[in-house]
Amino acid sequence: MSDATAIRSGVPDLTRKPGERRALTDKAFTTFLWVMAVIASVPLFSVLYMLIAKGGGKISLSLFTELPPAGFALDGSGGIGNAIIGTLVMVGIASLISIPVGVLGGLVLGLIAPDSILAKTTRFIAKMLTGFPSILAGVFVYAALVIVMKTYSAVAGGIGLSVLMLPTIILTAEQAVRMVPQRMKDAAIGMGCTPTQTIWKVVLPTAIPGILTGIMLAVAGAAGESAPLLFTALFSYYWMSSLFEPTASLSILIFNFSSMPFEAQIELAWTASLILVLIVLIFNILSRIVGRKRV
Amino acid sequence: MTMTIDPQATELMKNAGITPRSELVAAIEADVNKIYYGDFLAVRDSHIAIEKGKITGFIGPSGCGKSTVLRSLNRMNDLIPIFRLEGSVTFLGQDIYAPNIDPVLVRRNIGMVFQQPNPFSMSIFENVAFGLRLNRYKGNVADKVEQSLRRAGLWEEVKDKLKQNGLSLSGGQQQRLCIARAIATDPTVLLMDEPCSALDPIATRVVEELMLELKEDYTVAIVTHNMQQAQRVADTTAFFSVDISKGGRTGFLVETGPTKELFSNPKQELTRNYLAGEFS
Amino acid sequence: MTMINFDTGDGTVTHGIRASERISDRLFRAACYTAAAGVILLLVYIAFQIGVKALPAMQDYGFSFFTTQTWNAQKQEFGILAEIWGTLYSSLLALVIAGVFGVSVAIFLTQDYLPRWLAQIFRTIVELLAAIPSVVLGLWGIYVLIPVLRPIADFLHDTFGFLGIFSTALPGPGLAPAVIVLAIMVLPTVAAISQDAFQLIPGKVKEAAYGMGTTRREAIFKVFLPTASSGIFASLVLGFGRALGETMALAMLIGNSNQISWSLFAPANTLAALLASSWPEAGPIEQQALLYAAVALLGITLLVNVAGVLIMAFSNKQQVS
Repeated sequence: MSDATAIRSGVPDLTRKPGERRALTDKAFTTFLWVMAVIASVPLFSVLYMLIAKGGGKISLSLFTELPPAGFALDGSGGIGNAIIGTLVMVGIASLISIPVGVLGGLVLGLIAPDSILAKTTRFIAKMLTGFPSILAGVFVYAALVIVMKTYSAVAGGIGLSVLMLPTIILTAEQAVRMVPQRMKDAAIGMGCTPTQTIWKVVLPTAIPGILTGIMLAVAGAAGESAPLLFTALFSYYWMSSLFEPTASLSILIFNFSSMPFEAQIELAWTASLILVLIVLIFNILSRIVGRKRV
Repeated sequence: MTMTIDPQATELMKNAGITPRSELVAAIEADVNKIYYGDFLAVRDSHIAIEKGKITGFIGPSGCGKSTVLRSLNRMNDLIPIFRLEGSVTFLGQDIYAPNIDPVLVRRNIGMVFQQPNPFSMSIFENVAFGLRLNRYKGNVADKVEQSLRRAGLWEEVKDKLKQNGLSLSGGQQQRLCIARAIATDPTVLLMDEPCSALDPIATRVVEELMLELKEDYTVAIVTHNMQQAQRVADTTAFFSVDISKGGRTGFLVETGPTKELFSNPKQELTRNYLAGEFS
Repeated sequence: MTMINFDTGDGTVTHGIRASERISDRLFRAACYTAAAGVILLLVYIAFQIGVKALPAMQDYGFSFFTTQTWNAQKQEFGILAEIWGTLYSSLLALVIAGVFGVSVAIFLTQDYLPRWLAQIFRTIVELLAAIPSVVLGLWGIYVLIPVLRPIADFLHDTFGFLGIFSTALPGPGLAPAVIVLAIMVLPTVAAISQDAFQLIPGKVKEAAYGMGTTRREAIFKVFLPTASSGIFASLVLGFGRALGETMALAMLIGNSNQISWSLFAPANTLAALLASSWPEAGPIEQQALLYAAVALLGITLLVNVAGVLIMAFSNKQQVS
């Protein structure tokens, strides 16, 4: 009989010992995790609460139809109509550019030539660009466009935002295209479809929920962006009359008004934040809903 | 069948020079009435004794619940939140499903080797020392590691590369490393869940020989889908089958017996048919 | 789009590929390739444009741009040493906070501490945090965080003022509120990528750990954390990259002061915040200097992000095998 058996000759005690160090450290760690998770949740609720408490009161029709008060309008009147329109227009321009380019690029990465040098390079750069400081997109468009056109404009703003949307769309489109089962593609090719027909008739329809998820996420992100707009669209206190003039946006309005000494403008900054967060959350939630339908 | 023996009574009997029956034969007595995963009845009516110093083999067609039963013997199934067991599993007189039992301590006393070799991504030495460190082993860790590796038949192959990652070994070596890891803490019982299914025939043979050696010190229960393997290593064999009569797939124990007897002269028709099919 | 086998109207089916199909196929594929190549060109063009426009400033200020810390448009003296310091110091501090919280949250959500529905709620909360625009967090920082921090900062400064990190009082905006908001913004990145790393741990490793009789904490510390370590490291590097480039909230909260200090409560500045706060009023010469600062920011973030992407690719490969 070896020593092993000797050790085991007694009946081991298997009962729980809540006071022992192992049980206590295990418990302490669980408590620690709870505390961390709860603390990590506080900012979201605090922000949402403040938005509703400070910004909710000002919501009215005139908010959407009036212009922001210039410097010394202290009567608390005024709205953010032009900023809402500006944000929507610029996000729209950005979408028009980045969605087609992103989806087509995603097709190359995920389907047409996933292992080519082109695809590998593009994928690497897109991944890198997702962590790209958004302000540099603004600086870039300023250098490339604003200087040339000699004016800040909604178009420049939209292009700046499109630089930020593109990587998200291209990478999610790649993923969505990859998720399409090979047997479906085989079936289409077996029917004699050209590659393009396979893409249009089989791959894209199947991958559309995944692609939409990425688009919604990108739109949500772009709507909340502010740093690039500072260099491209700047701001305006007036209604937009053309795409080629400085344009207001919700985020720049918040930035400008947050540090103003007047209560009315700070209030407006909170209200604009509420509207902005609503827009962002709507697209974010849409992306979740669409994403859930994915195969 | 249930033998819930009061530990105090056991102590008294021992002092009186009587060996209690449970100590004499069974290390584990499983009285599994029902095992559920959520609403799904996975296993019913399986009463098995894992006898001390012997190898008990679990055989049967796939889906017969043999692995499920094995995994409920050291509460590995607790990792699946929807798992529920009706009945009892008695380990040396203690019902390990009693509320005051710590499943972690159960697993320290009843070791397990899995289907897929699963060494940790750390050195060979640290893999074997893992359980020792966990239990704050007071003795010489290096000696114990060597001893365990020797007993697992792996020492000669790895003694010069103890610092290499355990994952750098071949599949068969990895599985023996896992066995060394499991026996380093001197568990009372060793459960093996199809330990050779991922191994090639040569590695399988090595592990089988190892099992026969381990029998001298350990009580072993092994699930295998390989009839010949059960015949080669098991002293006692338990045959499980699947009941699909009620639309479900519920595993149950058909019969147990000494391996030779079960294979040569099964008592139940189900066993006979299955063996006939397997060996035809 | 037409099908390949189509009914010509007289009941027969043609089997050839028509010229129009061939052309549309070619065109479409060309469009796809152009789009993919566009991303590459974009990055090159960005670097080129910013570089070219910053060139005059580069020639004027040279390397001393990085080693001096005055920013004076009137005297045309520009140096970004303080901003580089502020960028790195604030990002590192934020990363420490976000790292501790992010990894804790990742463990909490992946190691069966919670029923699935509750874990999903926490996961959504953290993800939605990432959706809050930077300016909104900046606004929240000014009107909620700073007032909350002030008494704490005053207490720390009065009691532990001899320590470098508490050596100044919090005047309002300053490093501490900026770092906290930055940590809030980085937390979702760290938490998400770390969660992936934990989820990539194969089930058999989990079984091995618990099968040895570990408590959950022991399994996490002794097995899961080491196994997921490279993924967690990648999450930290990418989180760091994100922190370096964060702009608006910092411009609103950090105090925009050109000084180098260890104090958590002193106002400071970062490269991105300098760009955002100085740009609207900058004249042409200051703009050139700002573009030079943008080049510096581009260089730092590219470096960190490339490292992050590479580490992540490496760690995924390692964990899966």
